[in-house]
Amino acid sequence: MTAPALATRGLDKSFGSLIVASGIELVLPPGVRYALIGPNGAGKTTLINMVTGMLQPDAGRIVLGDDDITALPPEQRVRRGLVRTFQINSLFPHLTALESVTLAVCERRRAARIWWRQLTAYGHEVDEAYEILSSLMLAAVCHRLTRELAYGQQRLLEIALALATRPKVLLLDEPAAGVPRDESAELFAAIAGLPGDITVLFIEHDMELVFRFASRVIVMVGGRILLDGTPQEIAADERVRAVYLGQAHGKAFDRARQDSHRGSHHESRHG
Amino acid sequence: MAVSSSALAGPHQYLQAQIRWRPIEIAFWLATLLPFVLTPNYLVLASQIAITALFALSLDLILGYAGIVSLGHAAFFGVGAYSAGLLSKWGWGEPLTGVIVAGLAAGLLGYLVSFIIARFRHLALIMITLGFGLLLVEAANSAGWLTGGADGLQGVHMWPLLGTFQFDLYGYTAYCYALIVLFLCFLLSRRLINSPFGLSLRGIRENIIRMRAIGAESRPHIRTIYTIAAVMAGIAGAILTQTTETVSLGSLDFQRSADILVMLILGGTGRLYGGLIGATIYLIARDQFSGINPQYWYFPIGILLILVVLFLPNGILGGLARLAETERGRRWLGPLTAPSWRGKFP
Amino acid sequence: MITSVLGVLFDGFAYGMLLFLLSVGLSVTLGMMNFVNLAHCTFAMIGGYVSVTLMNGAGWPFLATLPIAFLAAAAISVAFERTMFHRLYRASDLDQCLLTIGVVFVSVAVTAYLYGTSQQPVSLPNYLRGSLHVAGLTLGVYRIFLIVFALAVTAALVWGLEFTRFGAQIRAAVDNQRMARGLGINVDAAFAIAFALGSGLAGLGGALAIDMVGLDPSFALAYLVYVLIVVAVGGLGSIGGSFAAAMLLGISDMAGKYYFPAIGSFLIYLVMISLLMWRPSGIFGRR
Repeated sequence: MTAPALATRGLDKSFGSLIVASGIELVLPPGVRYALIGPNGAGKTTLINMVTGMLQPDAGRIVLGDDDITALPPEQRVRRGLVRTFQINSLFPHLTALESVTLAVCERRRAARIWWRQLTAYGHEVDEAYEILSSLMLAAVCHRLTRELAYGQQRLLEIALALATRPKVLLLDEPAAGVPRDESAELFAAIAGLPGDITVLFIEHDMELVFRFASRVIVMVGGRILLDGTPQEIAADERVRAVYLGQAHGKAFDRARQDSHRGSHHESRHG
Repeated sequence: MAVSSSALAGPHQYLQAQIRWRPIEIAFWLATLLPFVLTPNYLVLASQIAITALFALSLDLILGYAGIVSLGHAAFFGVGAYSAGLLSKWGWGEPLTGVIVAGLAAGLLGYLVSFIIARFRHLALIMITLGFGLLLVEAANSAGWLTGGADGLQGVHMWPLLGTFQFDLYGYTAYCYALIVLFLCFLLSRRLINSPFGLSLRGIRENIIRMRAIGAESRPHIRTIYTIAAVMAGIAGAILTQTTETVSLGSLDFQRSADILVMLILGGTGRLYGGLIGATIYLIARDQFSGINPQYWYFPIGILLILVVLFLPNGILGGLARLAETERGRRWLGPLTAPSWRGKFP
Repeated sequence: MITSVLGVLFDGFAYGMLLFLLSVGLSVTLGMMNFVNLAHCTFAMIGGYVSVTLMNGAGWPFLATLPIAFLAAAAISVAFERTMFHRLYRASDLDQCLLTIGVVFVSVAVTAYLYGTSQQPVSLPNYLRGSLHVAGLTLGVYRIFLIVFALAVTAALVWGLEFTRFGAQIRAAVDNQRMARGLGINVDAAFAIAFALGSGLAGLGGALAIDMVGLDPSFALAYLVYVLIVVAVGGLGSIGGSFAAAMLLGISDMAGKYYFPAIGSFLIYLVMISLLMWRPSGIFGRR
């Protein structure tokens, strides 16, 4: 049996008397698409912050593949293949899209220390950056400054930056947040097109995304994991409907599930 | 914005076009030769401008590109100046080796300090650079046996450059020397900015949190650029010593750190040429108004600073850049209009 | 030996109190709005010159000039804040530094033009001159006055912060600006008032400083460094921190000048750098 791509054991975190995480046991098998859902304040982003090293847990361990990474700083975790995107864009406003991704590629390949050779000598890195941008439909705007890109394109650039680091485990923090409807088609296609060997965990509120792309769903409430199952199991579970949606919203849940089934047949229309 | 041919160009061609030398840059460097012809009486001033421009360039590398606000950068200028002076005083007056030794001395200090610099940000960083600069002034003042204290270093005498060109009162040799060194350092800086390292610096400046999230370690980068900037500042200081055959506490005091910051802001940070232009304008103005009582000199400087911050935030070059926000403008002005950063420190 | 130590401590304490008055306003406004106001000591200088003008020009007694110094500095600072500073609250640290330094440069030049560059004479009332002999120590009367006065002001300040509603609003805004706004606190108004108060205190400090350290146009820049040290070391937004740092700086400076005159201010800078390296947010700072 292969080691899980990412696992956490007994993660705890509290701020004074506010418990934001309690006994989190997470196991992500390689290649699986996981969705992490839960009401606001459930501790989802806190969990991501702890896993990526931006926040220190009070107790518990984090294991990436075969390695215990609990003590590693964030940069080291990225180098081992654990990468995240941000819910609120965290980009380089005055770099072009191509420069941003090239930067990430150069850092990965440790070319970024070289100050005596011009960027034009780094054809491979530029090509790789361009390829990543192309796969996310950003090739046409690769020379635009990041701050001039449309919001949906900036969200895609977030993912492009993460892909440039050749992640093994990719954590997407609400990738579709704030993206207007007419730009979300490209975003969905990009997420669907992510390489199959990357393990993906995405936090989402958009149920359509969840049902379309996740093979498993984790539900977090009040700092604890409530349930871990397939989308169908989650949708049918009474506790989830009560806690997360309230009975009145159960119908919306069902509708989203049906829409996504219909939607997946029509994906080629949006491509 | 309309999509023009350059946007559809392949990425390699685009990068090539970005780092190509623009005609206006060539015009700039040709213009630096004008003083020989047009104003031969002002070559001493011209050499001062070249030296200060080099110093400003070194500050731009850490401030405009890596986002490090330093109120003590004159420390390295002064260390370079005193090193070159001491070397000559102790019997070795050859200029070129003197510059190299001075650069190494300043670089060594810069390297050691960079370990501290790289660990801090915001107000703590500003205060540490300020404190470090002030510390060095006190040390230089107290170590009168070495530095000559408030009287300055005596006995600096330079041998002729390359064996034939003697430094004289007319400044001909001085300006040639300073200009050539400035140009070489400029070439180096330009190359550095357009390297992967330069890209990383801009990443640090723009969003240091994201740098961590893509697996980049900022501290080694900051240490490297700080050291390089220290070397360059030291070289500038050394040339000042060599061309004027004097060194004083003024080479490393707070006044010098503050003045160079003002010049760089005036010209515009993060554009390589900003420091050069700022230094030129500032020093010419100061020379023209040298009749005025020195304490009143800071009145127009103060007004200028206020106006620049309120109305011309990226300095003169920034203002030009906004005028040239067109495709053609970008082609013509190229690196001069490369976007600078404006915003809270990360 | 002990008498000299106590003497140095006493002088250092007086100097520290002065530094505290000069710095507390900057610490609070930096902590509240993150606005780097390098012109803070300009307001101190204005207070000093107002006091001098009233004393030498209009014959006012020294103590009567103190409240005017406070008010003048506060009023002028509000004028600057409303016309220029408030535009830069969201600007970068560097821009704020540059604008306020520009104000300092202008103020230094204007002051030099109006008053000349020599030290301003101050005529203290007779009961504030001379020294007292207490337990074998010779204590300057003015310094005793300074200490008592500054402690009273500090007490009033602390009382105001802890026990009034406005004080609570300021503390909330320093702690978490966004949250304070969310609670309906008018942070901008609170800041404007805090800014005026802080500048007024600086003006008061400037007037009190004349007899102790002298007053000339370079005051605005020379003491800026000390004030910045106090603020950085004490921690932004922390009154207790400013107090502690001011004491530390005042006593170290006096001790340094007394016992190691050759080193000058070297010790101060070294202490500051070391403290900042140990605690970058200041001894009592947050984050």
